[in-house]
Amino acid sequence: MKAYLAMLDARFRGLLQYRSAAIAGIGTQLFFGYVRVMIFAAFYRSSDAAQPMTAEQVVSYIWLSQAFLLLAMFGVESEIAAMIRSGGVAYELTRPVDLYGMWYSRCLAARLAPTLLRAVPQLVLAYAFLGLQAPASVSALGWSLLAILSGAALAGAISAAMTISLLWTISGEGISRLAPAVIFLFSGIIVPLPLFPAWLQPIVQAMPFRGLIDVPFQAYLGLLTGTAALMGIVQTWVWIAVFVMAGRLMLQRGLKQLVAQGG
Amino acid sequence: MNATSLYFRYIAVSIRGQMQYRISFLVHALAHFLITGIEFLGLAALFQRFGKIAGWTLPEVGLFYAMISIAFAVAEAVPRGFDILGRLIRNGDFDRLLLRPRLVAFQVLAQELQLMRVGRLAQAVVILLWSAHALDLSWTAPRIALLLCAIAGGVCLFSGLFILQATMCFWTIESIEIVNCFTYGGVEAGQFPMSIYNRWFRQVFTFVIPLATINYFPAHAILGRSDPLGSTALLQWLSPLAGVVFLAISLQFWRIGVRHYASTGS
Repeated sequence: MKAYLAMLDARFRGLLQYRSAAIAGIGTQLFFGYVRVMIFAAFYRSSDAAQPMTAEQVVSYIWLSQAFLLLAMFGVESEIAAMIRSGGVAYELTRPVDLYGMWYSRCLAARLAPTLLRAVPQLVLAYAFLGLQAPASVSALGWSLLAILSGAALAGAISAAMTISLLWTISGEGISRLAPAVIFLFSGIIVPLPLFPAWLQPIVQAMPFRGLIDVPFQAYLGLLTGTAALMGIVQTWVWIAVFVMAGRLMLQRGLKQLVAQGG
Repeated sequence: MNATSLYFRYIAVSIRGQMQYRISFLVHALAHFLITGIEFLGLAALFQRFGKIAGWTLPEVGLFYAMISIAFAVAEAVPRGFDILGRLIRNGDFDRLLLRPRLVAFQVLAQELQLMRVGRLAQAVVILLWSAHALDLSWTAPRIALLLCAIAGGVCLFSGLFILQATMCFWTIESIEIVNCFTYGGVEAGQFPMSIYNRWFRQVFTFVIPLATINYFPAHAILGRSDPLGSTALLQWLSPLAGVVFLAISLQFWRIGVRHYASTGS
């Protein structure tokens, strides 16, 4: 455990060296969030029909998803990818820790560190000036915290499985490029999932990606409470188990065919 | 050798280079196509739910969307050399350009033409054709001409923005990410009629970065709608010229930047 925490710590300290990049990133994300808020407000002004979410809830949902954007914006983990390409992966095998565990924590750290760095200032600014509501209740806050932690664990597991697939594809360009499009749509970043058409709902609800953004923030707004919130989080953990098992299995297979050259 | 044939020779080299990685090119182009396509599906889902946005239907908004996306895709592909200016300055490669007997802006422009942007372009053209078909409009020659001029004005405007972003590298060495608000953010905002936004936001994208002139105003003339912001027909027909003016001003800043350039490194 200590080894894994050390990795997370190293990642944080590395990132903190790029403070100006983070500030620029926050500015850009706030700008995009502001545009999206205005677009959704215009949609709500255009129709009197009852909607599954109020305009105020959508505004909060947008700010929350902008703040945690980097949690859902991922491809393969770049450091491991570089090792797989260069052959440095052989060194990884000599380390006295479980290889999957180590790669998983690298992938998790790669998601968590930049997300936290950007989320906190964005949430504060959005709450103070831009219409982000407070959580619906204390229990809503509790559920959403639990769900966002589960979402982070899921992001790590998906990212690890994608990274391990590089043992076969090497470049990873395909998966790194195409996955974000699917994840964006089905996590709720582009359009909050409750606003999707009714016929799409069963597909959207079954997908793993709603655990990243939609479950935590529906819980925050009090739209998912009690059993429904619990079921959402349980579903996220089922998907975590699936991706971890797939990742472990691929890694096992991949290492069997690994040939380390040189002496 | 005249500038045009020299440009095409440069670009032929760039394209041959990119075609060495054919699969990579295909994946990138496909990814651009899918990502932008998925965004549009999200938009379509919202229209299904809300019907209209401020009185505009999906095919009408599709026209706004396609005009700005086509212009942006071309501007992302063609003046790509300006995007890598930061790197040229950091390695000192920019000094080499200064020694050659051609315009510096020309050489930077000719560095690269990024083919993979064809993915976004193709998606936007699909949306344009769909919207043009779904709209109950007769596509007369003046309408088509205005549409093409507006897109050309958009290419100039976004190229000007990329050149401005590059010009700042002469002072900062690093590229300034916050400019992305106006480029990528501009595309995002320009997909909808400007009239849906707040007043100050609209004014920024009309008078500072004149995005409305290559999208909002000409689209009203094309669709034959009266503008709630009160623009006249004359303004709507002439407004794409603002993109050309913006590009000309950007190139003036570029000249100041080149003059200020004092090399990096030892």
